[in-house]
Amino acid sequence: MANHHENQSMIAPSISLRRRGMDFLVTCAAGGAVVLVLLPLGAVFGYLVYKGVGSINLAFLTETPKPPGETGGGMANAIAGSSLILLLGSLVGVPVGIGAGVYLAEYGRNRLGNLIRFTADVLNGVPSIIVGIVAYGLVVLTQGHFSALAGGVALAIMMIPTITRTTEEMLLLVPNSVREAAYGLGVPRWRTTLSITLRTATSGVITGVMLAFARVAGETAPLLFTAFGNQFWNWKVNQPTAALPLQIFTYAISPYDDWHKQAWAGALILIILIVFSVSAVRFVASRGMLKGAN
Amino acid sequence: MGVGVKVEKLNAWYGKSQALYDITMQAQANHATALIGPSGCGKSTFVRCLNRMHETVPDARADGKVLVGDLSVYNGTTAVQIRRRIGMVFQKPNPFPTMSIYDNVAAGLKLNGFRDHHRLDEIVERSLKHAALWDEVKDTVRKKSGASLSGGQQQRLCIARALAVEPEVLLMDEPCSALDPISTGKIEELIFQLKEKYTIVIVTHNMQQASRVAEFTGFFLLGRLIEFDKTEKIFTTPSDKRTEDYITGRFG
Repeated sequence: MANHHENQSMIAPSISLRRRGMDFLVTCAAGGAVVLVLLPLGAVFGYLVYKGVGSINLAFLTETPKPPGETGGGMANAIAGSSLILLLGSLVGVPVGIGAGVYLAEYGRNRLGNLIRFTADVLNGVPSIIVGIVAYGLVVLTQGHFSALAGGVALAIMMIPTITRTTEEMLLLVPNSVREAAYGLGVPRWRTTLSITLRTATSGVITGVMLAFARVAGETAPLLFTAFGNQFWNWKVNQPTAALPLQIFTYAISPYDDWHKQAWAGALILIILIVFSVSAVRFVASRGMLKGAN
Repeated sequence: MGVGVKVEKLNAWYGKSQALYDITMQAQANHATALIGPSGCGKSTFVRCLNRMHETVPDARADGKVLVGDLSVYNGTTAVQIRRRIGMVFQKPNPFPTMSIYDNVAAGLKLNGFRDHHRLDEIVERSLKHAALWDEVKDTVRKKSGASLSGGQQQRLCIARALAVEPEVLLMDEPCSALDPISTGKIEELIFQLKEKYTIVIVTHNMQQASRVAEFTGFFLLGRLIEFDKTEKIFTTPSDKRTEDYITGRFG
């Protein structure tokens, strides 16, 4: 390589210099863009650690909130509540989203498909507070009380369009020749879709699911009048439930200094939980990958 | 054992444009039949009609009589049943990219409900040996992805995958067009051995290849089968002027 460069510069030194200069500039620009992307993330995380890490202790992770005015206590019930609501949301949202994405990619080249695509895109742009109102109408009013289930349904509605569209796109990236290979072996179409096409696109579909999950994990507005919040432990699906974003919101707007500190700590825990669950899923998924698979 | 393929008055369309006109021919059991002709003449469409892959293209349809052994392809059988008896190797190697070499070969059986793991091991090894790939991959058969192999190896993997379901007929749609001469040589050698057990119909752009591997050759032009005869006859004393023009390189 080095030789090649020198030869070139002997023939036309000015071009080589210009090329090298341009190469340097573009590399710097790309590097700068990476820094610009990482900077806000680093800043947010760093500030949360700075403000929140001091208030994280065993009590914070194991106890329920103390009454207003008293110091101490923790957000254990909110951490558990958030996990419960996210689990419920994913149980509803992931299968529906992937199912709709499969339909769109494999069977949806018709008017119904276009309608679903349009609906999903509009749903993606609906403000989250409105999704909360819909879940309120659907679940809270029919049940007669706030519940973790209502929160889960609200989050599921927010997850579905993202998962649907990314699943569709990832399936369309699978070359048609792969489907043909399966048909050629006498594998029926439905089986090809499930065991070949979807399997080939697995890592992309998981990325879509994790994007949707991370996005709704921090949502507060749709939980305000669905999960509602709770000062105590709750493991029941049909009872009002604490959630980290709600707890952070309540504590942040309160007049107490100790609650402010706890809100920072809660925010830090929330981010750590999201990063942890996304990386855990990626790790498990990548263990199933083979050498040289793409 | 292979069975013969008998085609009578086969017509095929893509939407409104007709791609094949009244094709009538016969591929003898345990022989290789080559189909030659310029690009777009319908030879690929023709082989794709034999295992009903043609109809997977939107708006495509075909009608006519195709008999594979005693099985009527367009009458009372499902496409899935047909394709289990007629294997296919495509122009570009198309292994399942996220599956191991082993799973690629086992795919046809596994996805159709075959669960006997011991037998499966045997079939995978036998198919890979049959496709002359076993020695090159036996140590990594479960660890490496099918997509990590070289192009020629991938194509032999696809042949092994087709053989694992024990078809009676093997259709090959320009199986060497994406391969280098050494890989091409290996696959031609393979076709020679495969003839003992299977009936082979091979589409090729390479006339030398047709003369090397096939006992019978058909010449396609603009959707019609112009001439069908013993390979030797086609390449030495063709009876149709157009065949002669094509094989002597005057067009195409």
